[in-house]
Amino acid sequence: MKFGVITFPGSNCDHDAIFATQTCLGEQVVNLWHKDTQIPDDIDCIIIPGGFSYGDYLRCGAIARFSPIMRSVVDFASRGGLVVGICNGFQILTEAQLLPGVLLRNTNMRFICKDTWLRVENTTTPFTNLIEKNATLRIPIAHGEGNYFADADTIKRLEDNNQIVFRYSNEQGEITDAANPNGSINNIAGIINEKGNVLGMMPHPERYSDKILGCDDGLIIFKSIANYIHSK
Amino acid sequence: MKKFKSEIKITLREGILDVQGKTVENALHSMGIPEIAHVRIGRFVTTEISAETQEQAFEIIDKACKQLIANPIIEDHFIELKEI
Repeated sequence: MKFGVITFPGSNCDHDAIFATQTCLGEQVVNLWHKDTQIPDDIDCIIIPGGFSYGDYLRCGAIARFSPIMRSVVDFASRGGLVVGICNGFQILTEAQLLPGVLLRNTNMRFICKDTWLRVENTTTPFTNLIEKNATLRIPIAHGEGNYFADADTIKRLEDNNQIVFRYSNEQGEITDAANPNGSINNIAGIINEKGNVLGMMPHPERYSDKILGCDDGLIIFKSIANYIHSK
Repeated sequence: MKKFKSEIKITLREGILDVQGKTVENALHSMGIPEIAHVRIGRFVTTEISAETQEQAFEIIDKACKQLIANPIIEDHFIELKEI
């Protein structure tokens, strides 16, 4: 299978995503530039990486949404292609309205860079199919605006449709206020769209994709994507 | 073609926790000014617009606000326009 990793001006996790998918997972990867207008036909999964696209000017992800390649990403997603937005990538996907809601400033007003535990809530997605239900993953976060917010109706819809894929928890998988690093409603750390082919998550699985990095809990997300594509 | 100047005030919608405003409010109280409450922080944007009429200029800037300058999910925007 083949991943496409998009680089925007200010992206800084693009090469981590390439390392995770190419070196750790052993799949093919193409690096795409934000000014590209087309996504190559043989791409199975687009990764919008973390960073500070366009310096986070105006709002995080607001300008990147209008980069030429984003039109193709919207088109790719509407045709059922897999799209993963990590951190700033999640913010871009909400601005592009591929995912509902918005990422607000962390409630403690600080940029938080630390490990978090995630409880995997939905293991039937293309991104989590190799993970056991309610398993916990140790994945780091690094963001100032990761406080997931959406109106009550949207949250209800996300909950009812099982679109909340990851929640911040403690190591034992308990969803507590203490385990919520940024104030996200219902401890939401990652969601999918209604169709189930677009994932947005604030934590960085690519940063924990090899034991040499201290932990490889994140690799199973990329393995799940490859498993999904190969078994199609 | 006329030229207009727009002044746009963008605020977080009521009911959405403004953590920046709250932090400033707490600092004001620490400074010994307990009279100040409900601090909300927003953005202020000015632009120039070329248009035939004020109505047309308003339509242009209002569309720009809804699509980019503000995020309607969490923010309200208020536009003031004058011909220059």
